[in-house]
Amino acid sequence: MGFPFRREWCTVPHYFDNHFRFRHHGAVTAESVAERAGAGSGPGSAPPAFLVRDAVVAYDRVPVLHGVDLTVPRGQVLAILGPNGSGKSTLMKAMLGIVPLASGSVEVHGTPLRRFRDWGRIGYVPQRLTAGGGVPATVREVVASGQIARRRRLRWSTPSDRAAVDEALDTLGLGGMARSSVHELSGGQQQRVLIARALAARPDTFVMDEPMAGVDAENQRALASAITALRERGSTIVLVLHESGPLEPLLERGVALSGGRVVHDGPVPSPSGECARPGHDHVHPHAGAEAAAAPSALPEFEVPRRD
Amino acid sequence: MTEMLQYDFMQRALIAAALVGLVAPVIGVFLVQRRLALLGDGIGHVALTGVALGYLTQTSPLLVALAVSVVGAAAIELIRVRARTGGDVALALLFYGGIAGGVLLIGLAPGANSATLTGFLFGSVSSVGEEDVAVVVALAAVVLAVIGYFWRELFVLCQDEESARASGLPVRLLSLVIAVTAALTVVVSMRVVGVLMVSALMVVPVAAAQQLARSFRVTALLAMAIGLLCSLGGLTGAYYVDVAPGAAIVLLALAVFAAAVVAGYALRAATGRARVRDDGPSPGPDDAGTVGTMPQTERGSVSR
Repeated sequence: MGFPFRREWCTVPHYFDNHFRFRHHGAVTAESVAERAGAGSGPGSAPPAFLVRDAVVAYDRVPVLHGVDLTVPRGQVLAILGPNGSGKSTLMKAMLGIVPLASGSVEVHGTPLRRFRDWGRIGYVPQRLTAGGGVPATVREVVASGQIARRRRLRWSTPSDRAAVDEALDTLGLGGMARSSVHELSGGQQQRVLIARALAARPDTFVMDEPMAGVDAENQRALASAITALRERGSTIVLVLHESGPLEPLLERGVALSGGRVVHDGPVPSPSGECARPGHDHVHPHAGAEAAAAPSALPEFEVPRRD
Repeated sequence: MTEMLQYDFMQRALIAAALVGLVAPVIGVFLVQRRLALLGDGIGHVALTGVALGYLTQTSPLLVALAVSVVGAAAIELIRVRARTGGDVALALLFYGGIAGGVLLIGLAPGANSATLTGFLFGSVSSVGEEDVAVVVALAAVVLAVIGYFWRELFVLCQDEESARASGLPVRLLSLVIAVTAALTVVVSMRVVGVLMVSALMVVPVAAAQQLARSFRVTALLAMAIGLLCSLGGLTGAYYVDVAPGAAIVLLALAVFAAAVVAGYALRAATGRARVRDDGPSPGPDDAGTVGTMPQTERGSVSR
């Protein structure tokens, strides 16, 4: 299972499909389209956004991923689903090089992870904002820090940098909070800040870790509409999800993990079975969306730490 | 005031203390956000081992201290990553190893005893020479340049190490930059102001500033201002009252911290009321609803 795998996915239709969509969106500049076209491994082929081959990840020599293969074509909206401990977060972290692989390989946009440098194309949204030592930072500072991979050292921000930050703030409806300290915001608002941070570098590939976890109905709707907008731009979006929830209509493909192996790859399975068992930390977005004025249900959101 | 400035040693002491007060919080703001607030002190203790080693081998105590503490700072990063211990445990190991090594080695060194170490622990502002001032000026320039150069990367790193990795930042290198810069600052300042004061000036002004500010940049600038004022104020006070200058500076900084906590509460109460008036409905129910779902954000410690 070496090269044939890759060829299979580097098909011409994907390439055209994606670029057709890119050209139709104003937010994507001509340069970035040219960049995308140039990023292919050869003329007429666009490598997949992520190509994971036989990935094994072990913590203290205890394997948590047992040889996962996953190809994420460009422009796809994919959910990695599974219960706690299934390895879905580990897979995502391995795809970004946050955790090292024990064996196997990961390619990002056709480049092996180790040699990948075009990090401005990747927008990573962690599960939550860490407080650290509690040194304050404004929403704007955090969002602007998302441009780290795009900006040169020792340069003041350019008007286009600032415009991108403004755009990211507006997309997530954070314009009015730009000068607030992120630590003063609610969990849902902090989640929006994290997505805005990922947007600020105008990436074309997003990786989001449980963006809906512990987020109230109103913020969930704001997040869902932001993710819809990204999808319409032709972005590749990989979501790590406990259950498909309100994002279900957006998802083109669901990959379910269990015990560190892929157990399902195809249409998104409807939330039942595993997710319906008692004790499962349910966020009830459907119910929340219908009855937005029911904040009384909110304190029940309890998402256990997975690490 | 003018009488004090007539003495050369006071002029030099004021310059050295002011620069340390200005520069230490710049590193401190990153250390505090990374939960390594005690790193400065830990490095200082390792530096004592270096000082003792310098006396033992009859080489420059300061240079050996610099080498040893840079190694110690690198070791702490390694321990944090490799040995599966928290930053605080790694610091404790450094702390105890450093002081024990220092006391052990200084006992073996000819013509030196633990009083020599005490001098480095508390500094001796009154004996600051011209070359000491030159070294501190160079240090300040180097530290400000290095931190300024890496500012954005360090901000991302200290916000969230995973995101830093997912942005392609050299996380290990940047961690080393912080640790080594801190080591440099501690070692160069310790002969002048002492290990205790320099590590206190890394943390206390930042702790005070974060009570008052809402942005990272303002916190850093405010901490520098507080560090500067406390250095000058503490030294001046010590001159007139004739107490230990290092201790005066640290206690003054702590007093500023206490005042900042009170002022911060008042400030937030005032803006909180204003916000309720201005915004009307928006953040209210949402705020109340999500308390407790984000255990790591520690909202209580920062606001409300």
